[in-house]
Amino acid sequence: MKAPISWLKDYVDINVSSKELADAMTMSGSKVEGIEVQGEEISGVVVGKILSLEKHPDADKLKVSKVDIGREVIQVVTGAPNVNAGDYIPVALAGATLPGGKKISKGKLRGIESNGMMCSIEELGLTRENFPDAPEDGVYIFNKEEELGKDVKVVFGINEETIEFEITSNRPDCLSIIGLAREAAATLKTEFKKPVIKLKEEDDDVSKYVSVEVKDTDLCTRYTARVVKNVKIGPSPKWMRDRLSAAGIRPINNIVDITNYVMLEYGQPMHAFDIKDIKGSKIVVRRACDEEILKTLDEQDRKLDSSMLVIADEERAIAVAGVMGGANSEIRESTDTIVFESANFDGTSVRLTAKKLGMRTESSARFEKGLDTENVDAAMNRAAELVEQLGIGTVCKGIIDCYHQKKDERTIKLRVEKINEFLGTTISKEEMINILRMLEFEVDENNMTVKVPSFRPDVEREVDIAEEIVRFYGYNNIEDTLLSGKAATLGKKTFKQSIEDLIKNTMIACGLSETYTYSITSPKVFDKLNLPADSELRKAVVISNPLGEDYSVMRTTTIPDMLEVISTNYNRRIEGVSLFEMSYVYIPKSLPLSELPYEKPVLTLGMYGGVDFYDLKGVVEELMAKLGIEDYDISPEKNSVIFHPGRTAVLSIKGEYAGVIGEVHPEVAEKFECPERTYIGVIETEKLVKNASTKSEYSPLPKFPAVTRDMALLVKDEILVKQIEDIIRQRAGKILEEIKLFDVYKGKQVPEGMKSVAYSIIFRASDRTLTDEDVNKAMKKILDGIKSSLGAELR
Amino acid sequence: MKEQLNSIRMQAEQELSNVGSITELENIRVKYLGKKGELTTVLRGMGSLSPEERPVIGQLANEVRAALEAKIENVKDELTRKERIQKLDSEVIDVTMPGKRKMLGKKHPLSIVLDEIKEVFIGMGYEIAEGPEVELDYYNFEALNIPKNHPARDVQDTFYINENILLRTQTSSVQIRVMENKKPPIKIICPGRVYRSDAVDATHSPIFHQVEGLVVDKGVTMGDLVGTLKLFAKSLFGEKTDIRLRPHHFPFTEPSAEVDVSCWACGGSGCRVCKNEGWIEILGAGMVHPKVLEVCGIDPEIYSGFAFGLGVERTAMGRFNIDDMRLLYENDIRFLRQF
Repeated sequence: MKAPISWLKDYVDINVSSKELADAMTMSGSKVEGIEVQGEEISGVVVGKILSLEKHPDADKLKVSKVDIGREVIQVVTGAPNVNAGDYIPVALAGATLPGGKKISKGKLRGIESNGMMCSIEELGLTRENFPDAPEDGVYIFNKEEELGKDVKVVFGINEETIEFEITSNRPDCLSIIGLAREAAATLKTEFKKPVIKLKEEDDDVSKYVSVEVKDTDLCTRYTARVVKNVKIGPSPKWMRDRLSAAGIRPINNIVDITNYVMLEYGQPMHAFDIKDIKGSKIVVRRACDEEILKTLDEQDRKLDSSMLVIADEERAIAVAGVMGGANSEIRESTDTIVFESANFDGTSVRLTAKKLGMRTESSARFEKGLDTENVDAAMNRAAELVEQLGIGTVCKGIIDCYHQKKDERTIKLRVEKINEFLGTTISKEEMINILRMLEFEVDENNMTVKVPSFRPDVEREVDIAEEIVRFYGYNNIEDTLLSGKAATLGKKTFKQSIEDLIKNTMIACGLSETYTYSITSPKVFDKLNLPADSELRKAVVISNPLGEDYSVMRTTTIPDMLEVISTNYNRRIEGVSLFEMSYVYIPKSLPLSELPYEKPVLTLGMYGGVDFYDLKGVVEELMAKLGIEDYDISPEKNSVIFHPGRTAVLSIKGEYAGVIGEVHPEVAEKFECPERTYIGVIETEKLVKNASTKSEYSPLPKFPAVTRDMALLVKDEILVKQIEDIIRQRAGKILEEIKLFDVYKGKQVPEGMKSVAYSIIFRASDRTLTDEDVNKAMKKILDGIKSSLGAELR
Repeated sequence: MKEQLNSIRMQAEQELSNVGSITELENIRVKYLGKKGELTTVLRGMGSLSPEERPVIGQLANEVRAALEAKIENVKDELTRKERIQKLDSEVIDVTMPGKRKMLGKKHPLSIVLDEIKEVFIGMGYEIAEGPEVELDYYNFEALNIPKNHPARDVQDTFYINENILLRTQTSSVQIRVMENKKPPIKIICPGRVYRSDAVDATHSPIFHQVEGLVVDKGVTMGDLVGTLKLFAKSLFGEKTDIRLRPHHFPFTEPSAEVDVSCWACGGSGCRVCKNEGWIEILGAGMVHPKVLEVCGIDPEIYSGFAFGLGVERTAMGRFNIDDMRLLYENDIRFLRQF
């Protein structure tokens, strides 16, 4: 809401600068977006009189003129076709600045010196709407003698300062000059000058001209109409046009301007119809028929439906209620008698209608917030007063007022102590009452009740009263306290949250950096992952109103996001990255969604560049160690379409699936523009949390020496080291301390299809020094087992 | 024999003063003091001495031996020191060559800020609550005093899954879930991901993070809110930080406020970071609306509470002077490594 200061001053004494006012209003709840000073960009433009005008010797279209600017006569070369000797014109002198940052300097035009520029109205940043006498093309010519050398800003009276306020949705009353003036008065503690309307009403009664029937009273609680005869359509006076422009509304003609002026001043949208166009001289307020078409003032055909309210005559719609008038009843040059409309339409209905029709207007933006029914006639009378003031018509006697549902007055108890207790303040009863009265709340001091003014539907209960009081007492005058005397609470993280932190810190210690990616994605990623048509992962939660296909489903897997991050880095020629993310995937329990999906937390790992599968696996092992998870298993997985069939493994914890790690399938890597050797892991965080144990009990250091035996085995290529190790573990007995794989070799001296696998096996007993015999026995058991189950040979 | 001993001593001392290595020294020791050494040889001839001479020569011989042994020991120390110095000299490395780094990973800037916020509030006795991102309309709007067709719903540009299920637009939804399940006193923060239908650009993202705070107890005042936020701002932005509350409107708090902190870059005098305002808006706050308490079965005549919410991205961008929100979700390792 843009409020010109001079307009505010009609209703409130402002004794401070605009900046001070703006700051004070911000702190009392009317946030200021900015202050616009009209003509701020214009300097050095003065009134000049053209003394002579001669042809430029070297240019047909230019003229050389002598211009009297009071203190001197200067030479100006101009191309303006419309000026003559004797004209008074605005002239920008050397050194002047014009809107848009244009600077005027001395110069030569086709060899002739020119010391200024004659200005058109547009060059001064003004519009022909505000200066209807300005020529369409050419320099502005003052219509009377002006003082030579006088600053044109003074002559034009362009010095308005306008404050733009951001009005919150609960305060439609502040979408008006009067509402803001009321706030300003309470803020500055100065007088609010309530409007007083004086009307002559010189002609016949309004009922002779028009009647009103409201059919759908649920959507129109009040409808008023007045008739103005002998209307002289023309431009509105300059002061009105100036104020409208400053407030951001284009002046059109005096009647339309009055409706807009009243809307800005009172916050009540209005409309004017040409009475000739009201068929049957009857206004009917009704729901539109389905498929009914109305061409609105912006010349667009609008298809209406029965959810929308229209203003109609006996035959057709003539306006979309609260949104926009129809072209069929618009005010024209020839209009002689008009009907003013001021009404209260249902906010939700107006909002939905405007949304459906895609035309949010100044009017609908106000109605949708819910306007004051008591303001309807006040605004109507103000419009009539302006008509009389401007002398542009005769106001007929009386007002048609269909008022169906007068709102109950709301009375709220005022408990001074309770409010102070709630706010943590010690505001006196008198101060509370003063503040409320400034805001036009009626306070009954005997019963300590407050009557809420009709324009404040947002004030419903005591807390709302408390807010009004503290707004003007000053939020920043509240003394800060720290919940003293309240029950002490222990701040802590849950076990789950602590484990999640531990996971994160372990990843970081392992050299992985954390990423954040979007959790909404494109369904196309499922194809890029080579997923079959019936894959569970394709069953995603779909957003019904997405920003576009790229952000249209909730992710069911984080793999594409990690691949995209890798791709971004790879395409920027970064040699390698190691990354992780802790986030969620969204798994619908049924589709279409009837209950909330399962938001499954996952840990995603990703790396490329100088790493292989075992780097990734190492991170997982480190994590398991840190979380104290011992009973886990990493086994080959050959059936995933996303991963390399020979370089992928499933992680299971206590026999339960917990994740997958592996090299990305080259086809998938290619589709995501990732390097061929890209490694990804996805681990279910809940499984980690479930099995983690943070208790790490100390085990005593060994007292007796260890015995180490090395062995090299010749086994078939397809035998997994895990198979060998399982046997070692099974057979070595309690004295086994550690198995260290130190070499796997294929090639020379090893037969085709075989490999050599070498281990150091470390034995130790906690209660004695082992003998050779002990160890030999264990080794024999191990070797026998490996030979018989795996057909291995000792090398 | 006396002369012989003296000359051995002199000769040996002469040789010892010119020794260049431990090996040479050992040779000299063997030459004079060894089993077949010169001194030993001389001593073997003692048998031919008269009984008077014997103790005299014996003493002298012992003196010579002791002197030589001491001298050898000295020379040995000296040589060892020299050799060590030589060895050290030969072992000089270029310490300006790069170290062998264990590349630690980095925490994302959003996590850094989130963790700091969590720390502060845990220190103040808060617990961390969590709630779903795909949420019921009821928790995101209805229970927060934003009924269907409320204009505030338009402002928040919500992603809907269907009529009743949406992507939460604010972490305030968790407030309700907590209040439904827990009796006061309640002191929680809820960090989390929220969604709004904003196209991606330098300052907007359809996904961002918020931290919501909620306190409900008997006798919680607006002064408590101010004090809590002040302490929070000081913990996060430094001891000198001040805060300022401006009245605002949120459907689920009353009174409501927007909260500014004094600019962390200039301290309030006005600079580029705060656009010469001296203040930077970081959060919204207010006293929990009695309707919200009532919806959760908490009697507003007995209990009161405050709530606040702040945007993590904005805070992180401010803290680290990040000028483009997209950097946070692009995950270029050269960006991530900076934190």
